[in-house]
Amino acid sequence: MELTLFLVGLIAATLRVATPLIFGTLGELFSERSGVLNLGIEGIMFLGAFTGFAVAAKTGSLWIGLLGAIVAGGLAGMLMALLSVRLGVNQHVSGLGITLLATGISLYSFRVIFGESKIPPSIEPFPMLPILPELHVLAPITNQYLLTYIGIAMIAVVWWVIGKTRFGLQIRAVGENPEAADAAGLNVYAIRTRALVIGGALMAVGGAFLTLAQLGSFTFGIIAGRGWVCIALIIFANWQSVNVLFGALIFGGVQALQLRLQTLGFKLPYELFLSLPYVVTIIALTLAGRNASAPSALLKAYRRE
Amino acid sequence: MKKNVYRLMTVLILVTIALAACAPAVAPVPETVVEKVEITKLVESQVEVVVTATPGPEKILKVFGAFATPIEEPWDGVIHAALNKAQADGRIEYTYQEAIGYSGDMERVLREVCEQQKPDLILGDAFGNEEAVRRVAKDFPEVAFAFGSGSGPTEPNVAVFDNWIHEPAYLMGMLAGGLTKTNKLGVVGAMPVPEVNRLTNAFIAGAKAQNPDVVVMVSFINSWFDPAAAKEAAIAMIDNGADVLYAERFGVIEAAAEKGLFSFGNMSDQNELAPDFVVSSAVWNMDPTVDYLINQVSAGTFTAQDLKDFSMMGKGGASLASFHGTEAKLPADLVAAVKAREAEIMSGMFRVDVSESQPAGSN
Repeated sequence: MELTLFLVGLIAATLRVATPLIFGTLGELFSERSGVLNLGIEGIMFLGAFTGFAVAAKTGSLWIGLLGAIVAGGLAGMLMALLSVRLGVNQHVSGLGITLLATGISLYSFRVIFGESKIPPSIEPFPMLPILPELHVLAPITNQYLLTYIGIAMIAVVWWVIGKTRFGLQIRAVGENPEAADAAGLNVYAIRTRALVIGGALMAVGGAFLTLAQLGSFTFGIIAGRGWVCIALIIFANWQSVNVLFGALIFGGVQALQLRLQTLGFKLPYELFLSLPYVVTIIALTLAGRNASAPSALLKAYRRE
Repeated sequence: MKKNVYRLMTVLILVTIALAACAPAVAPVPETVVEKVEITKLVESQVEVVVTATPGPEKILKVFGAFATPIEEPWDGVIHAALNKAQADGRIEYTYQEAIGYSGDMERVLREVCEQQKPDLILGDAFGNEEAVRRVAKDFPEVAFAFGSGSGPTEPNVAVFDNWIHEPAYLMGMLAGGLTKTNKLGVVGAMPVPEVNRLTNAFIAGAKAQNPDVVVMVSFINSWFDPAAAKEAAIAMIDNGADVLYAERFGVIEAAAEKGLFSFGNMSDQNELAPDFVVSSAVWNMDPTVDYLINQVSAGTFTAQDLKDFSMMGKGGASLASFHGTEAKLPADLVAAVKAREAEIMSGMFRVDVSESQPAGSN
């Protein structure tokens, strides 16, 4: 029974920790499959967390807040497209630039809207879905936030869009061989722009999950490197949407596990527990990364001759 | 020839305009009042002259705040709030720079400020910038430096302070120890640095004093700001039986409130995050430190010293926050015991031990 409770708590925590990673990695997947590495992810997730919170706090509606985050993320993706696709700026530089810009804009706007308060302002966040009665032993696993379920469903949606639709084929075409795609009459710029806008919107939802569901408040540093974890997960997932689920669950699972091990009072240095998720990620990357096949045109700005 | 004249005139006009622009604003000419003093009467009797020192209006000090993080960071936020208050009271002229970071900009910022603004006093946080602060202070001995620091003061002009709020942390530990039904408490901290350790250890000591059977779980998230991870750490503790939590970091109170459990805040009064569940908070108040510094610098008696006492309960630098009505839900004898201990601390009759070693938890 003790073990059951431990495992139920662990799985429930894993799903919560994995949710923002799933959205962020799926967003990065859209961008990278079209040939653009979007290092703006950390900033766009922060922008999503902020915009979602601010809009929800001012309108009183969490759903409008979520919509606000999606719009803000889409706009940030569009800016990334303007820089890296239209103007052909180096993707590393433009991505990091977006991260700095989005972080700065969010913090500045936060202070303009909410002032300098000692306590972060808070809202009533999304509730957990009461799928099983509260006292049921499996309730912690099933009674998740709606966004967690949407995130898992989104993996199937992205798999279908990228793999089975005409739009997905176009994204893959401009990501693998933009010259051939162009020769076939596709507008490389427009398709990459669309992929980046969708990707940015997904990343922003990942950030908004933290403020609108998990915490109900916004503080600076709230993303805490989750965007960079997504960059590693996309390699681990070998740019395949279904693998994103495994990557996010493994990282989320080890993170949830180490927090539990710390409380159980093992007489080991806590640094060991803290480093576990990253050690596992590195090992997984080493194993999975050997056969990694990045989109051929990744990092290459396309210029029409 | 004519051309040259025009040129000369143009130059002259320009020079005139430039000179006029440079001229200092016309200063009001002080009227000299010639007093005609007629001595009409010789004072024969001796007059006792009482000299009352009437202090002129206090000179308004120029104070600069130098913060490594944005001022939303609670630690720096406390200093910023106290300086804002002193400015609102008309005692200082306050400017600040935040988010200076830890990669070498602190020295540049401080040098520029010392050279250009020539402040009387600079406050800030030296964590991660300890050497930079002392290098600049050495070159500007006329400026008083008072920095939050994990090190000691440096002669002649670097005073240090820190958030010595272990006393209210001890009192919160007593409350938590008395409130727990499971005899399991939880503390989620950032990382095991002295500032966090001494609060955690004092909390554990207070809990043990009130309830010797209590077990305190401690975990670190290795980040000053990751409320989502802090919340998960707190949930892990709750799953493991903890029923009262100390939120050294943001994110813990949310977890406790969600499960309907009592929690304690840190650094400022955090009751409004969950009014029914946050019993109290360990509050740091920099007003006494700032007041003392203003007085010392104004009087020209500033010295390099450790200002620790001004951040402790005796001088009002630390306090146990208001219970905001939650005491109605607490056992009366527990509240009485805590209030008695609080009075003993205030009067200097009880010393809370300062232990800065890494808390192992007590399980």
